[in-house]
Amino acid sequence: MRPVGPVRSPDGARPDNSGFTRPVAGLLRAVLGALIAIAALTGLAAPALATQQPPHGTSSQPAPPEQPGLPVSGTLRNVDGTLLSGVRVQALDASGQQVASTTSNTGGRWELTVPTPGQYTFRIDRQSLPPGVTVLQGEVVRDVAPGTLSLVVFRFGAQRAGLQTSASATALRVLVDGIRFGLVIGITGVGLSLIFGTTGLTNFAHGELVTIGAVLAWTLNVTFGLQLIWATLLAIVAGAALGAATDLAIWRPMRRRRAGLIAQLVISIGLALALRYLVLIYFGGRSESFADYTNQVERNYGFISITDKDLATIVISLAVLVGVALLLQRTRIGKAMRAVADNRDLAASSGINVERVVLFVWILAGALAALGGVLFGLSELGGTVQYEMGFNLLLLMFAGVILGGLGTAYGALLGCLVVGVLVQVSAQVIPVDLKYLGGLAVLIVILVIRPQGLLGSRARIG
Amino acid sequence: MIDIASLLANGIAALVGPSAIFFALLAIGLNVHFGYGGLLNFGQIGFALVGGYGMGIAVLYFGLPLWSGVLVGIVAGVVLALLLGIPTLRLRADYLAIVTIAAAEILRLITRSTSMTDFSGGTQGLTGYGGSFRQLSPFDNGRFYDFYGVRFLGQDLWAICVGWTVVGLSLILVFLLVRSPWGRVLKAIREDEDAVRALGKNVFVYKMQALVLGGVFGAVGGIVFALTTQSLTPDFYSPPQTFFAYAALIIGGAGRVFGPVIGSMIFWFVLSITDNFLRQATAGSNPLISFIDNQDVGAIRFVLVGVALAVLMAFRPQGIFGKRSEVLLDAR
Amino acid sequence: MRVEVSAEVPAQPGARKPDPVLVIDSITRSFGGVRAVDVAHLEFQRGWITGLIGPNGAGKTTLFNLLTGFDRPDTGRWTFDGIPLSRLAPHQVARRGLVRTFQLTKALAKLTVLDNMRLAAPQQTGERFFGALLGTWGRQEQANTGKAMELLTRFQLDAKAHDLAGCLSGGQRKLLEMARALMMDPAVVMLDEPMAGVNPALTESLLQHVKSLRDDGMTVVFVEHDMDVIRDISDWVVVMAQGRVIAEGRSEALSANRAVVDAYLGSHHDQVLEFDADGNPVGQTAMLVAEIESELEAAIERGQDLSA
Ligand SMILES: Nc1ncnc2c1ncn2[C@@H]1O[C@H](COP(=O)(O)OP(=O)(O)OP(=O)(O)O)[C@@H](O)[C@H]1O
Ligand SMILES: [Mg+2]
Repeated sequence: MRPVGPVRSPDGARPDNSGFTRPVAGLLRAVLGALIAIAALTGLAAPALATQQPPHGTSSQPAPPEQPGLPVSGTLRNVDGTLLSGVRVQALDASGQQVASTTSNTGGRWELTVPTPGQYTFRIDRQSLPPGVTVLQGEVVRDVAPGTLSLVVFRFGAQRAGLQTSASATALRVLVDGIRFGLVIGITGVGLSLIFGTTGLTNFAHGELVTIGAVLAWTLNVTFGLQLIWATLLAIVAGAALGAATDLAIWRPMRRRRAGLIAQLVISIGLALALRYLVLIYFGGRSESFADYTNQVERNYGFISITDKDLATIVISLAVLVGVALLLQRTRIGKAMRAVADNRDLAASSGINVERVVLFVWILAGALAALGGVLFGLSELGGTVQYEMGFNLLLLMFAGVILGGLGTAYGALLGCLVVGVLVQVSAQVIPVDLKYLGGLAVLIVILVIRPQGLLGSRARIG
Repeated sequence: MIDIASLLANGIAALVGPSAIFFALLAIGLNVHFGYGGLLNFGQIGFALVGGYGMGIAVLYFGLPLWSGVLVGIVAGVVLALLLGIPTLRLRADYLAIVTIAAAEILRLITRSTSMTDFSGGTQGLTGYGGSFRQLSPFDNGRFYDFYGVRFLGQDLWAICVGWTVVGLSLILVFLLVRSPWGRVLKAIREDEDAVRALGKNVFVYKMQALVLGGVFGAVGGIVFALTTQSLTPDFYSPPQTFFAYAALIIGGAGRVFGPVIGSMIFWFVLSITDNFLRQATAGSNPLISFIDNQDVGAIRFVLVGVALAVLMAFRPQGIFGKRSEVLLDAR
Repeated sequence: MRVEVSAEVPAQPGARKPDPVLVIDSITRSFGGVRAVDVAHLEFQRGWITGLIGPNGAGKTTLFNLLTGFDRPDTGRWTFDGIPLSRLAPHQVARRGLVRTFQLTKALAKLTVLDNMRLAAPQQTGERFFGALLGTWGRQEQANTGKAMELLTRFQLDAKAHDLAGCLSGGQRKLLEMARALMMDPAVVMLDEPMAGVNPALTESLLQHVKSLRDDGMTVVFVEHDMDVIRDISDWVVVMAQGRVIAEGRSEALSANRAVVDAYLGSHHDQVLEFDADGNPVGQTAMLVAEIESELEAAIERGQDLSA
């Protein structure tokens, strides 16, 4: 009988995820991932889970027994792709004492063990580097926890010109980074804002639409080897379907029952929680990278150097947002959407089929969220996907959307851009792990000064 | 094989254990917010964080005695409530929800930030602030006490006794308040703010008082829990925890004095049993249930809580025992 | 006495009253393109029952909302007993003695009828956070209960005192709301269609009650579409249409001439009224107003004749 000694954390954090096997059950899992997500929305989650999860086979290893040390490893790869051997790597504990060191083998691989869980600084010994090789990031701070595979990546390369250039060049780079991030937030935020505008619902599960989009694209890309662009297109279609399913299965019935605002908010957060952890079960707790567009180098365009994928992110986001604007301004359905957002009753009485418009908004929002998820992973998370990415983005979306004016489409966009730039600018002055703080602080500030947001109307908020 | 006796014993231990206490206190706070005041606080765990960390930092960093650390923790809860309430309590319910969940996440990020290591211990968290709490224990801290097969370590037993005492006092406070004219105003506000304004009540002040009171219960929950576990780790205070408390509250019945406590006990009893069952059933080389990975059990409880929250809110907002006509959660 | 005073007040929009309790100046409120309220000057005489009439959408409710702080005007200011109220929050307005009821009733359905009443009682120390814990509010609660039961009896709701207000009928909710407003001992009570949905027998007794309130010194402003009610109890009538006050006068004057009434509530109801930049009526509207004014004057003259 197990005594209830020290309290186990109700957090239930997954202790070990290293047993995750991609290729074998990949096909099944991909389809099932989508199934589970959709099934969860239609209330079939339990049976879907019960029948569909394939056995893990060899992967379900018992939790590792108490070990005297924790392994940390990595591979040293120069920018040109050559593997660096004979380079010394040191591990320093919090007080700066060296606790372990090792030298990379011919495959560039190194591995060492640290004595206890905790935070360590891993450092490349520059003296040991082959001549001509320079380090970009030679020090990495990392939490080492039992049961997880700790990988440390150092970055090599020639000193970028940008690092030595003037403050104005840095400012430009930060601005471009900010705009890129802001556009990505905007792509997802517009959907959130339109849903709010047309239905009055603050969709706390919007972040999960983002995550699911990214995870689906990752599955198609990595597991099935589909090129990322095609994978993304399919993910967008799936995102649209998911958006539609959410509306039809949950929110339309809720509206029909005239569920109150508070009930709807609690339901949406419950949904968010269920979806997020379904993704965790399916995808695992680690960051996984896309198969394409890794290892990109910056190209110099005279006034700015930027990687292809970042440039593509900006171009795609802009194109999509212009498309959304044209949709809202020019098409019948777009005008109807604006009309419903403006005054639902008036729109209904002037013959607009409000439910159809709302469904379309959900489809659009779902598609945008999926695209936003891929772009977010590609550009902001270094080409990786992670189960909590959507939730992290959600908070910034809220900040942007409220800053711009909840319920407005263009306001949302503007607000998200501001938040994106603010996050990147603030990262210059505050520690990187507090990067999102500025974006969230703006949320509180705007509510104090101008709660309806930059472009919102005052009738909506009270 | 499934060991039913241990399932039950663990379940009963969970029924009265530190988690049940912690979430009962969080849920008592949420009951004041959500059940009586109609305020949607999605960041209750943030109040627990400032309570626990307020105490820990006061003791370890500023060298204050534990009792004043407890006061610091409570004051931190009050301050947080004021900060979050001032911009949002005049607006639609969504805004408070958004700001509280964002604030809880901000607080977690700050406490775990490496730049704060000196102050809040970074990802390692804090330990060693609560030794004097254990010294007060009348039990033998290292001994196991056996109650018909349910065993508690002495130090936990002490924390559990203190915890339930705090829960009891909190319930008395809530009871006195909600049956008073103050509680009547709060319930009226939950139903129709404008009607109450027209009767000359300052709705903002009442909402703020409710927010502060509920936040203080959250902070006290954080303090009690931090004294029980004798350690503060930032990632424990993650946003989903708030919704465990919501689930407990809604199961027990929002807007009833005992709702959060009964809900929290049921919640942890059920969770402990399903959790242990799943862990046992999926463990070993020939598991009883093979389609769920043993490692996924922790995540499954979050899925279950999320689904339960949505389903209860949609179909049984009055909780398991409540009467439909009594709930007002569906009011705007 | 009241009749004599009212006879001296000229029957024209914005007329000065001898002892106004509420004075409104150039108050406007637009919703999108609609000017819901646009009143240049309006005074409510202390101690009178003033009826506010006008077709649907005339802006009566919006005017109530503005005056009681539930809505913010685009421009304008107003004073209550000489004190400016323009920037006050609803609860501050109510505490100063200007209490309103709502056209769409706001009975608190999940409280009992009696609790609805006790909620309205002013100065209950138990409504303060720490006061609630001290427990000295019991005696006050008893006094308030007594007062509440008296009012409920008057409004024939005493049998329902311990039921949830949600169980009341529509008309009973109107009654409860009115009784609840009176719990606050207001100086001015503004009732938005208090009699809508109340059965005629009870209406009669309520009118008597409203009159007795006036005799106790309370000022009553009420919106009503039933001309019989208006005629029965109001000392003065203000007519609104499309946001403006287009006529004022004594009730006898208005009721003596059904044509006036019809002009606002009948045939001209859907006609768009036109005003120039200074707020003077033009075109059809000018003719209409002229017609009404002359008829009003004639009526008042007849009224004076009668009293002479
Ligand atoms: N919140 C609002 N938003 C938009 N328009 C409004 C709003 N409130 C009132 N209006 C408009 O203002 C005008 C005046 O409305 P109000 O409710 O004051 O009329 P009323 O005189 O009380 O009518 P009734 O006799 O039907 O109660 C109407 O045209 C109405 O449509
Ligand atoms: Mg009206």
